[in-house]
Amino acid sequence: MVRYVANKFFYMLVSLFVLISATFFLMKAIPGDPFTAEKKIPDEIRQRLYEQFGLDKPVYQQYLRYLGNIIQGDFGISMKRLNQDVSHIISQTFSASLKLGIVAIIVSVIIGILLGMLAALYHRKFIDTAAMVLAVLGIAVPSFVLATVLQYVFASKLGWVDVMGFNDPLDYVLPVAALSAQPTAFIARLTRSSMLEVLHADYIKTAKAKGLSWIVILFRHVLRNGILPVVTYLGPMTANIVTGSVIIEQIFGIGGIGKQFVEAISVRDYPIIMGITIFYGILLMVTRFVTDVAYVFVDPRIKLTGGKEG
Amino acid sequence: MASEQHMVPPGVNLKPEDFRKIGVDEKQAEVISRESLSAWQDAWQRLRQNKMAMASLGLLVLVILGAIIGPHLTPYTYDSNDLLNTNQPPSGAHWFGTDDLGRDMFVRTWYGARISLIVGLAAALIDLLIGVVYGGIMGFFGGRTDSIMNKISEVLYSIPYLLVVILLLVVLEPSLWTIILALTITGWINMSWIVRGEIMQLKNREYVLASRSMGASSNRLLFKHLLPNAIGPIIVTVTLSVPNAIFAEAFLSFLGLGVQAPKASLGSMISDALTGWLAFPWRMLFPAILISVTMLAFNIFGDGLRDALDPKLKK
Repeated sequence: MVRYVANKFFYMLVSLFVLISATFFLMKAIPGDPFTAEKKIPDEIRQRLYEQFGLDKPVYQQYLRYLGNIIQGDFGISMKRLNQDVSHIISQTFSASLKLGIVAIIVSVIIGILLGMLAALYHRKFIDTAAMVLAVLGIAVPSFVLATVLQYVFASKLGWVDVMGFNDPLDYVLPVAALSAQPTAFIARLTRSSMLEVLHADYIKTAKAKGLSWIVILFRHVLRNGILPVVTYLGPMTANIVTGSVIIEQIFGIGGIGKQFVEAISVRDYPIIMGITIFYGILLMVTRFVTDVAYVFVDPRIKLTGGKEG
Repeated sequence: MASEQHMVPPGVNLKPEDFRKIGVDEKQAEVISRESLSAWQDAWQRLRQNKMAMASLGLLVLVILGAIIGPHLTPYTYDSNDLLNTNQPPSGAHWFGTDDLGRDMFVRTWYGARISLIVGLAAALIDLLIGVVYGGIMGFFGGRTDSIMNKISEVLYSIPYLLVVILLLVVLEPSLWTIILALTITGWINMSWIVRGEIMQLKNREYVLASRSMGASSNRLLFKHLLPNAIGPIIVTVTLSVPNAIFAEAFLSFLGLGVQAPKASLGSMISDALTGWLAFPWRMLFPAILISVTMLAFNIFGDGLRDALDPKLKK
């Protein structure tokens, strides 16, 4: 067990290191530096700036310094916005994205499991077909298409909610719906197929034969085992919601990290692009690590011998 | 007996000549009475019974035909603007209306579909090529080779896919080919794992042992025996990775890293239409429908293909 966790942790660190190094060297490959501007800076000032930011040192020293800064949570300063710390920008805008993301995750898990459960219980009946058609639609229709359709119908035509903004609870409805459609559909499909398997298992027959009520059977026996695959999907789901939020925040005018990312890319503000990329990378890799470990805890059938399987 | 009389329906007259003694001929048991079907014909028959999958196939053919001939059906080109007729609703002259530079939306939508399909198909094919070679080597040689190669792919895989793509395109200027390159840089890993799994499972079969004991080379084993038998899951993975690539390109368009104007993809058209689309919904409508239909059809067709190629998996 300890070996398994250590092994996964080691992998996570290596991947992070690869991502950070790739980010650094790719950005170094771009011609010019933060002080290449339309207005020519006098050479003395340029030299002074280079010294202050360590740009006069050889690349490998810059690299080590960069790594050291990231470990301390320092992502450098924005190139386009005067005196703005990248980590400050991230921490300022993260709360909006976090709220949106967490609500979307909760909604996806609850509705996805419910839909999958209903579909499995009414296997090959109307509810099953309807749920699975919804699931295929949810997986195939891109989130930005869904977002614009929702915006058009419910905000522009019906006027039930605001077109943009992110202030009162009602503003959550459309972005969350658009963001969680795909994960919900995926979870519904996962839950359905694993529950169908569980429903035919011998221990369910035993439970029925013991005369347990169906509620106890459903929640204690079927659901507990049936939602195990959903745990493995939590990592990819977070990735899905994070990348999805980049577009959704833009469409609904939510001032989160995703919006900062898009703006930084459009003006090529490299320190912010690097900072947010690495921040997203850490976020997603840690989530993946946590779900990998969590899966072993929730599934008692997995007996780990050494660190090879996984 | 009364009951026996009822066994012959009224109006049927059976005479003794209608009966013939067939006896028991053991050789008859070996006779093949139906035409034998290859695995492909078998799969095709199963696929044909899946109405949703066949409808999706039909839609895909239509979309592909539209992408090929659509841009040539009107007198306009994808980049000819007409600043006197901007943001026009659909009409006889412009079937899908015009955009903010007065470009014909019908031509641009189909042209965009063409670019999106090229990106999706090219990315899927390159993933296939790299994935089969890499996964084939991992699965076939096993042992230390497999362990090292698998660790490399695992490290690469755990770096979030779209972040790598974004980083690359920020550095390389976006064009059709750099987009495809960026999409494939870690996109092949999934395919390599599928191939690896299949090969590992297949290489212990008796026919491989038989071929090996007759002195077949590694190449022959791999290309003659292992890969052809692993082709089912490979095809399904390719089919399902096309819509992913199309989506990824659309996502990049939202970041301004997709196909650059005046060229268009379905994603970049939707992204362009976002400004003021509540006033000009048709600019959003047609590309959005087309991209949804295409992705839906690829997904359903891929699912159907999986069921047809491997009926054991069907639930």
